[in-house]
Amino acid sequence: MPRLKTQVNRSSHLFLPLSVLAILIIINLIKGADYFKITIVNGAFYGNIPNILFGASELVILSIGMTLVTAASRGQDISIGESGAISSAIFVQYVLRSGNVTLGTILVGFLISCVAGMIIGAFNGTLVSFFNVQPMVATLILFLGGRSIAFIIDGKVSPILANEISNRIGTVIPGVPIHTPIILTAVFIAVVAVVLKTTNLRLYVEAVGINPNAARLNGINPKKVIFLTFLIMGICAAVAGFIAVNKAGRHDSVNLLKFIMMDAILAVALGGNSLAGGKFSITGSVIGAYTIEVLNRTLLRLEVNPEAIKVFKAVFIIVLMIIAAPEVRVFAKRVLDKVKRPSRTTPYARQVD
Amino acid sequence: MKRLPLLLAVILVLSLGTLAAAQDLIKVGIVNLPPEESGYRQANVEDMDAVFSRENGYDAKQTNTADNSEQIAAARGYIRDGVDFLLISAANASGWDDVLESAKRAGVRVILFDRAIDTDPSNYEAALLSDMYYEGQLATDWILANVPEPINVVLIRGQLGSAAEIGRSAPLLEAAEAGKLNIVADGTGGDTWSLEEARKVVEAAIAAGKDFNVIYAQNDGMAQGAVQALEAAGISHGKDGKVKIIGFDFNRFALRNVQAGYWDADVQCNPRQASQIDQWIKSGNIPKGIIYQEELILDTNTITDEHIEKYGINADPGKGVITR
Repeated sequence: MPRLKTQVNRSSHLFLPLSVLAILIIINLIKGADYFKITIVNGAFYGNIPNILFGASELVILSIGMTLVTAASRGQDISIGESGAISSAIFVQYVLRSGNVTLGTILVGFLISCVAGMIIGAFNGTLVSFFNVQPMVATLILFLGGRSIAFIIDGKVSPILANEISNRIGTVIPGVPIHTPIILTAVFIAVVAVVLKTTNLRLYVEAVGINPNAARLNGINPKKVIFLTFLIMGICAAVAGFIAVNKAGRHDSVNLLKFIMMDAILAVALGGNSLAGGKFSITGSVIGAYTIEVLNRTLLRLEVNPEAIKVFKAVFIIVLMIIAAPEVRVFAKRVLDKVKRPSRTTPYARQVD
Repeated sequence: MKRLPLLLAVILVLSLGTLAAAQDLIKVGIVNLPPEESGYRQANVEDMDAVFSRENGYDAKQTNTADNSEQIAAARGYIRDGVDFLLISAANASGWDDVLESAKRAGVRVILFDRAIDTDPSNYEAALLSDMYYEGQLATDWILANVPEPINVVLIRGQLGSAAEIGRSAPLLEAAEAGKLNIVADGTGGDTWSLEEARKVVEAAIAAGKDFNVIYAQNDGMAQGAVQALEAAGISHGKDGKVKIIGFDFNRFALRNVQAGYWDADVQCNPRQASQIDQWIKSGNIPKGIIYQEELILDTNTITDEHIEKYGINADPGKGVITR
């Protein structure tokens, strides 16, 4: 019986992000029916959908890490943009100092930046898991200081990454019709899916997030699991930083991935995940991340005045969350039912969960 | 123990030596923002350090913080130390009245640079500022002189409400009101002057089927994002292209892009006020009130390597290298 309930809950998790996304797509279609139109420009797909997939790459990757951190530690990592800025600064320095840039250089640089991301994750994770610091407070340290570190690694200037391979990673590889960041994001999602399918990571993270003491009594070390989620977050930040810096073609320590943690946390929430930890849905967060990108572009498409765009975004999010909330659905069902059969008493009252 | 008198003697001699040396130097206290704030600030801080050096006859100290109260505390410290000149680039325009008045009482002469302070003009000698409106005027005039009619502009603003955004927008908006050009899309890169946001603004304009031939991006990063959107959509730009690209701030990568004809023009926002202030101090002839700096606009015809070397900020990608 409890198992059945879990199943039901999981599928309804996706209802929130999917319905929000659906509402946004409907608004876009009302504005113009050519919303889904895709053409081919310079041998690559071009249109609203490719643009959305391209623009959301970093956010999608970061929201995956944020989901795991949130689920296990019951808190959020607010230093992800700064982690990405630091790890990508190291990547850029490695590439610039190695002289002739080959695919091998980029790969080694990428791996080094992943290690850097893991070190940052380990720092945050140690504070949270072993010293029991609140995740937001622990990651506040790097949120405040991280960009200065990246600035110093950059040698106080914004170094330029103007080589052919970086440009292709940031845009398109000749002969491949899909922009490279979209492909990298898809690969990353696939790797995460395989890891979650083949390991006990989901079970451990959820167990720790629901009740760390119960998890410990069942032989799962909550400290290790929380630490591990921060390590994974570090890798996510490094990958996002790698994509962002190759897109930009230069390392701007001041603005690279700035304030992206807000959107990443929002993506987790829009994905139907509890910000207080426990059960989680990566699929939901990924849809949530794409939804935020669609929302940003919807506001531009509707030509909302730039002064009002932030207000509109906030109002949109609140309205969409309310429309998609389970309480509203139950209420709407009840109203519909009354309209259909006004004489009968409401049979749904006892089903509200 | 025997060495103690010797040590004391050495210390005494050394401190007398530094005192004697310090007397010949002009004592300057610089209150500035942190270099990691932006490429502009990095160039500004470096320039201050370079100009107000011992070799140049200054005994200068610089405090770098973005916190207004820390800045005020630092300024008080400098006044207590008895500096001759106090140079301030304030994090916040208000809250400076008390400290500036105590500087006046102590006979410390105050020069503001880069950022104005809301206070009585008698509280400081001169303020050397960037005129954002003038920068916008340079860009707008360039458009009117170089872009064939009809001129259809995509405006990408910086952080809304910032001095740079207001100043750089105004001349363009006035030209649009006067019917000299059309603004077909009006967007912003947000509080971070974001490349990604600027790209989205242009992508939305393209998706909406807007016809435009100018991108007016209020900093170089946003201009870069806008060009990325054009590239992906296969729209030509730059010297021989359809869409003219204008950026601001004189980042060296942007200037190289202009030089290569990948972009069209870039407007300076000079971060190097130190040498002007140095001249004022050395000549003893400090002007009164607000002085605006001269700024440059460079396009594909006027730009030279020397400009890029001398006036640019941030890293130089090298001649002929395009930052896409």
